[in-house]
Amino acid sequence: MSTSTETSTTQTATSTAPAPMTPLQEFWHYFSSNRGAVAGLVVIVIICFMAIFANFVAPHSPSDQYRDALLLPPAWLEGGNWSFVLGTDDVGRDILSRLIYGSRLSIAVGIVAVTASLVMGILLGLIAGYFKGMIDTAIMRIVDIMLAMPSLLLAIAIVAILGPSIVNAALAISIVSLPHYVRLTRAATMAEMSRDYVTSSKVIGAGPLRLMFVCILPNCLAPLIVQATLGFSSAILDMAALGFLGLGAQPPTPEWGSMLADALQFVQRAWWVVTFPGLMILITVLAFNLMGDGLRDALDPKLKQ
Amino acid sequence: MFQFIFRRLSLVIPTFLGITLLTFTLIRLIPGDPIEVMAGERGVSAERHAELSAQLGFDQPLYVQYYRYVSGVLQGDLGNSLITREPVMKEFLTLFPATIELATCAAIFAILIGLPAGIFAAVKRGTIVDHSVMTFSLTGYSMPIFWWALLLMLVFSVNLGWTPVSGRIDVVYWIDDVTGFMLIDSLLSDEEGAFTSAVSHLILPSIVLGTIPMAVIARMTRSSMLEVLSEDYIRTARAKGIAPWRVIVIHALRNALIPVITVIGLQVGILLSGAILTETVFAWPGIGKWLIESIGRRDYPVVQGGILIVACIIIVVNLLVDITYGIVNPRIRHSR
Repeated sequence: MSTSTETSTTQTATSTAPAPMTPLQEFWHYFSSNRGAVAGLVVIVIICFMAIFANFVAPHSPSDQYRDALLLPPAWLEGGNWSFVLGTDDVGRDILSRLIYGSRLSIAVGIVAVTASLVMGILLGLIAGYFKGMIDTAIMRIVDIMLAMPSLLLAIAIVAILGPSIVNAALAISIVSLPHYVRLTRAATMAEMSRDYVTSSKVIGAGPLRLMFVCILPNCLAPLIVQATLGFSSAILDMAALGFLGLGAQPPTPEWGSMLADALQFVQRAWWVVTFPGLMILITVLAFNLMGDGLRDALDPKLKQ
Repeated sequence: MFQFIFRRLSLVIPTFLGITLLTFTLIRLIPGDPIEVMAGERGVSAERHAELSAQLGFDQPLYVQYYRYVSGVLQGDLGNSLITREPVMKEFLTLFPATIELATCAAIFAILIGLPAGIFAAVKRGTIVDHSVMTFSLTGYSMPIFWWALLLMLVFSVNLGWTPVSGRIDVVYWIDDVTGFMLIDSLLSDEEGAFTSAVSHLILPSIVLGTIPMAVIARMTRSSMLEVLSEDYIRTARAKGIAPWRVIVIHALRNALIPVITVIGLQVGILLSGAILTETVFAWPGIGKWLIESIGRRDYPVVQGGILIVACIIIVVNLLVDITYGIVNPRIRHSR
């Protein structure tokens, strides 16, 4: 008797409750309530747009030298010219155009570096977490050694060996950021390994590969997505630092860091040559950090009410 | 306790060996023959090549070379610079005080600003103060410090003329090298105004180098304080009628500081790698600038030795932080 009334009340309760949100809707609900994260997302979309359509957006070619317009100040200042909105550099190249083409490079390096370290990191982390024992110890020792070095120093060491170029810099950055992904994946894999669904799959007869990639990996993705977003910001920052030190992109390439290095000698005469490339780096890095923080809040179940 | 320290120490040894292996491989990974790379454009004759090869031990099997390298490193022998012919260790020791001086001042700046800002943000949670502290710290955290250095230099040195542009002290002063620390040496010297000059040279580099650690410390202090402030004992203390500032400073801060201290210890790596960029911009004669210049000059023994020393310093500092943490927090000490 009492059981029947209980079922009827639960039934009415479920029928009046609003439809449950799909995981994606739930995610968007939490993400969009964080204003900083949305701002970051908007900035990232704009920068990606600039990067993809650089040929159409940029008013000039990044390498065209206007010999009659050397070190022209930004348009709103005295002596400025509206065809060079942010002014020109010491050989008469349009700074705005170089910044727009530079975003292409930064985003590309970010994508390459993050993808490479993500793939390698997931692979090593899954292996370490799944097999444990000697393999795990060996992988984690190497990771500890890499973590003992500051990432920029290690990247500099790698570029010093391979020679300065943008490809080597991207390679160095992806090696340097590897340890974080390995650790995250390993920790998440170990936590998932003890769950019942993994045991059940094992009992049914799933092989190690299926267990690792089909069962466990999808459940480890949340922290990895957050780390990948934050990895973008450190990849862009490290890339710019390497470029600034002359170890990344080489001078004619419109890369933000090497643009700054070129401009060093004009600090006193032309502030705009120095200010804008750095501002672009700061805005881009800040946007990725904001979005990463927002993603963490939205994906971490512990922080939800 | 000793068991805990011993366990941590035993973890350091494989890490150290791994780093020596890394720096050892580094010089052998350079494309081409190491002796020809060292000889540069001049090139070497076949006899000289064999002679050098024997002298540097390149004719031995790799494991013998590695054994020799590690035993050399353990005795403080990191080889000689190809350019100056000086031992790498000696060059490092003359330049290191400059970096320590800069890093210490940067750390003091970061703690003096970051800690109060974090506490303030936590206490005023959700207000405009909190939001602005968090915005500033996220901006600082995202800062390309080489650009930040140029920007500050542009405003304060070039436009306002308040601080000097680069170096450790004005060229008019000739300071005897007693300790290697310019602040101390200039105080010890009788020259008038030398100390003020040394201080004014330190201000901008310290701010630049301290910016990222400051942001990290502020964020960590805030979240750690927020966690502690929501604990029951804080509510009890408030209910007992203890003055609000006393609850925050005496009751909450002491517990909140434990993770913050760890984070401060971990900033050493950030400070040392940030020093590479900061020293390059401000022409600060420390190990960061030395390393970058050596890479440019292809002075491989210096690069190899410099990276090894910096990595070892970081390992030692992390070890000390770990042990301090174990002393402060028994839960860490007794966990496996």
